[in-house]
Amino acid sequence: MNNYELMVIFTPVLSEEDYKAAQKKYAEFVKDNGGTVLHENPWGLKSLAYPIQKKTTGLYWVLEYSALSDFNEKLKIQILRDETVLRFMATKLDKYAVEYNAKRRSGVPTGTEKVGA
Amino acid sequence: MAKTNEIKYLTAIKPEKRAKKFCRFKKYGIKYIDYKDAEFLKKFLNEQGKLLPRRITGNSLKYQRKVSDAVKKARQMALLPYVTDLLK
Repeated sequence: MNNYELMVIFTPVLSEEDYKAAQKKYAEFVKDNGGTVLHENPWGLKSLAYPIQKKTTGLYWVLEYSALSDFNEKLKIQILRDETVLRFMATKLDKYAVEYNAKRRSGVPTGTEKVGA
Repeated sequence: MAKTNEIKYLTAIKPEKRAKKFCRFKKYGIKYIDYKDAEFLKKFLNEQGKLLPRRITGNSLKYQRKVSDAVKKARQMALLPYVTDLLK
């Protein structure tokens, strides 16, 4: 089992229900393949730094999960078939990343704020 | 004939000493660089959205690599632009 983080950009034309349904679909897909969902974070509508498929905004969604190493290939097939997804990326998280995400969620300063001051 | 226009100082002027650069990740104990935090990553970019060299940021090689990976991921996910003007 490894820890991963999935970031998906859905098309902005998606309605609120469809956005929720899509999130649920992929969260369920993780569970069905023997993984566990650690955290979900819908960012909502956000403007893109550059247009993707002629769209200037996107609905972001971040999912943290742990799954077997062959799971991401299965997930990729599912996502590529989905036309509402503009772009996605799965990242493997090391132990420092897991720690960082946990800290960030609980509101403990992670150190990156201090540097800015 | 003695030089009349030679300037003499009572105290010797010290040549200006620059503060030594340091790797902020080592100094503050940051172990993971998050690609989702675009505002933080902008510290390592110039106005055109290009990565600043280690010579300027002072990062150690280990963390410079991680910064560059994080910036590339952020660019892919449209959190940072590939090319731009006036980023800051």
